[in-house]
Amino acid sequence: MIKFEKVSKKYGKTLVLDELSFEIQQGEFVVLIGPSGCGKTTTLKTINRLIEPNEGKIYIDDKDITEMNPVELRRGVGYVIQQIGLFPNMTVEQNIAVVPKLLKYPKDKWQTIVRDLLEMVNMPYEENAHKYPSELSGGQQQRIGVLRALAASPPIILMDEPFGALDPITRDTLQDEVRRLQKKLKKTIVFVTHDMDEALKMADTIVFMNEGKILQMASPEEMLHNPAHPIISGFMGKQIDNRSNGLTAGDVMRTRVVKAARNNQTLKSIELMKSRDVDTLVVINEDDTYAGIVTIGDLRAHGRGGMEIGKLITDAAPVVKVADDAQEAFDALLTSSTSYVIVLNDDNTVAGLITKTSMTRAMGEVLWGDVTS
Amino acid sequence: MTLIDFLIENQRDMTNNLLRHIELVGISVFIGIVISIPLGIVLSRHRKLAGTVLAIAGTIQTIPGLVMLGFALIFLGIGMLPALVILSLYAILPILRNTYTGITEVDPSYTEAARGIGMTNMQMLFKVELPLALSSIIGGIRISTVYIVSWATLASYIGAGGLGDPIWTGLATYNTKLILSGAVPSAILALVLSGLIGLLQRILTPRGLRGVRV
Repeated sequence: MIKFEKVSKKYGKTLVLDELSFEIQQGEFVVLIGPSGCGKTTTLKTINRLIEPNEGKIYIDDKDITEMNPVELRRGVGYVIQQIGLFPNMTVEQNIAVVPKLLKYPKDKWQTIVRDLLEMVNMPYEENAHKYPSELSGGQQQRIGVLRALAASPPIILMDEPFGALDPITRDTLQDEVRRLQKKLKKTIVFVTHDMDEALKMADTIVFMNEGKILQMASPEEMLHNPAHPIISGFMGKQIDNRSNGLTAGDVMRTRVVKAARNNQTLKSIELMKSRDVDTLVVINEDDTYAGIVTIGDLRAHGRGGMEIGKLITDAAPVVKVADDAQEAFDALLTSSTSYVIVLNDDNTVAGLITKTSMTRAMGEVLWGDVTS
Repeated sequence: MTLIDFLIENQRDMTNNLLRHIELVGISVFIGIVISIPLGIVLSRHRKLAGTVLAIAGTIQTIPGLVMLGFALIFLGIGMLPALVILSLYAILPILRNTYTGITEVDPSYTEAARGIGMTNMQMLFKVELPLALSSIIGGIRISTVYIVSWATLASYIGAGGLGDPIWTGLATYNTKLILSGAVPSAILALVLSGLIGLLQRILTPRGLRGVRV
């Protein structure tokens, strides 16, 4: 656990960090984001004491880091930088093993570590260990940069815009890999970026900073839905557009649903379907809560005259809540074998349906404004 | 009598001159290295001091060799010792300057990474900075060596011997062959040493650094 307690940093008269207080839990992926000069990189570098604050305390696992030897501290905290900083005079193997060697691990131990780590990012040892950084692509170099930070298994890893200099496709792959490694190895990661897409994708918690202060510290969903400050909304403008415009399932559903009680009989139900020109009924319980669906096919194949339709219902249709993101509903619709998604109210009564038609209309409205029906 | 015949005839003298010359160059460049590299490292840690020290070293470099040898003669007398003192002083600047710039021009991303992963200052110096500056430092040694080969010819003025002996004697007696028997070997010596050090520079540069800007 990392704890900041009223940490301030001044350069001359400029206040870079202004009484910063927050906590990072063990195993948490925390992304520091904000406009340039907001203090995010400074915050990161105070954790491994590359920058010493003027005031305030930082604790790692309740230990004041100013009481630790900075060299020892840094060997226990992985560090990845944007410029990658692989030592060009060392091979891939020597670069990865550099911290284990500083810590005087025996040779067989660090060699095993190098092999295991390279395997983890699908860069076979035989092919890569003896190459020099200049013989690798940018993406491969930063993979090795990440492995170097992991080599001595530090519980905490600091990453300063690690993928900022990579092309978008490589960046995407590396983001996935780091997220996967973090989940697998249960590391606490503090990650600095100025890219909101990256923050939303990677973070458990996003810390949004401006002028040395925290404007908001929240989960990606929370920040997306309730940005606490206009600066944050401004930063996320693009993402809100990308993410279905904040539309909920309730916004895009149709509310005219043909419902039938579960004790309805089959013949009557078929007539109802014919009269309303639908092939499926939404079946509800006595208390109006959702029970399931029944299709004309099911009725014809298994129904006998006088049978209650409650016996034929299935739960084949995906179900979402009214407040859920429309995108989720669309995803469910696209991956389901049925041609609709059931939308429920909070009390599990049926609120409406999303069909492929209502989905198309919602998307059309996003693209072109109101679509006449 | 051709120059070749002359050289064969005076083989022993010529060999002695050449060996003495190599001795002068070797010792003074070695002293230059021993002083300059540590000093360059210290200066890279105290960059405010560096300007002053490099300026002083640069000034020494501009004092004509004969004047310096004159001073040496006054204070230290004649022979090998004063010559070595002066030549060593001249050897310092190129090595010092290249050590200093070699270290200070190491890309900050390497030193930041080194510090960030927990290297001590000494580890950073020996594992990162010096290896990356090595090529530049050897380049400085190469420049010093070539300079000293030529300046060492002046050393015969204060009785240190070397290839300067036949040159100055030849000049005094209008003996072209004598002049050439000193000048040609010293020119060849400069070229050969420069080539050898260049080779060393290439061998000592790690594979990963060849063709890469540090």
